[in-house]
Amino acid sequence: MSFFLVLTVVLCAVMLGSAGMALYHKNLAATVIAAGLVSLVASIIYLILAAPDVAMTEAAIGSGLSTVMFFYVLKRVRGGENG
Amino acid sequence: MVKKLVAIAILAGIAFMLYGLFASYTQKETLPKTSRYYAIKGPDELGSANLVTSVVVTYRGLDTLGEVTILFTVASIIGFFLRSRTKREARAENPRETSEILHTGVAFLVPIIFVFGAYVFIGGHLSPGGGFQGGAIIASGTLLLFLAQPKTSGGHTLITFVESVSGIAYVGIGIAGIFLANGFLDNRILPVGEFGTIFSAGAIPIIYSLIGLKVGAELSAILYKLKDAKEDA
Repeated sequence: MSFFLVLTVVLCAVMLGSAGMALYHKNLAATVIAAGLVSLVASIIYLILAAPDVAMTEAAIGSGLSTVMFFYVLKRVRGGENG
Repeated sequence: MVKKLVAIAILAGIAFMLYGLFASYTQKETLPKTSRYYAIKGPDELGSANLVTSVVVTYRGLDTLGEVTILFTVASIIGFFLRSRTKREARAENPRETSEILHTGVAFLVPIIFVFGAYVFIGGHLSPGGGFQGGAIIASGTLLLFLAQPKTSGGHTLITFVESVSGIAYVGIGIAGIFLANGFLDNRILPVGEFGTIFSAGAIPIIYSLIGLKVGAELSAILYKLKDAKEDA
């Protein structure tokens, strides 16, 4: 039990760190990757919380498809405020 | 400065509200009434080994239909706002050739990804997974196909066809439940069968397969629209 507790705390720290990076990093591609990392870590936490169904959805949609959609959109809006 | 103060005030307000929830949380010893009904009666009534699936597809089937409809609306709106290129424009653009590694990897991986997606939604009543998860996995397979071959623009008719047919069949099975079983989207229009086998739980595997195909087609359609959109759209 305590192993999972430690693991959860570490994962939450990673999640908070990548969420902060998604907000404040200058490079837009890096922020998109960081946002995908938030979803990936969230899906691991769902798995620890015994919700494999939700974890699969989060991993496939949150960190897979939405990241790619952000990249497609990023390609369209190039030349905006931050290039 | 004022902006930052407002943001901090809003954050503090949200933290205050959430703290109320956190402070009043106690671990429950027993399930609430509705959950207890699902947990005790669910396996006997519907024959689905995965309790989450029996709630998502049958007990709360109408909500799932609503979710699929929301996804459909989103895909339609994206299609409405992004004009696709004409064939000549697509040819004039002439994107860079994709690498050999990507080609070979996609040819090897995409069939496996499709089969895994189909496994996830066909076995949704036995193991974790189901229509939404399997559909998303299938959509990531089509995404790989799009990445490997950015020039080809076929497949849109197939995507639309799969989406329409599975959507109509989903609602049709739901209506059949009114006449043959106890209500809209009731899964007992087919025999419930032996608990824990692939042909069990009545119509749940069929409904979940249709949801999987529909979600996969919708997400693929969104990716297709984004890939094929005009530069200035």
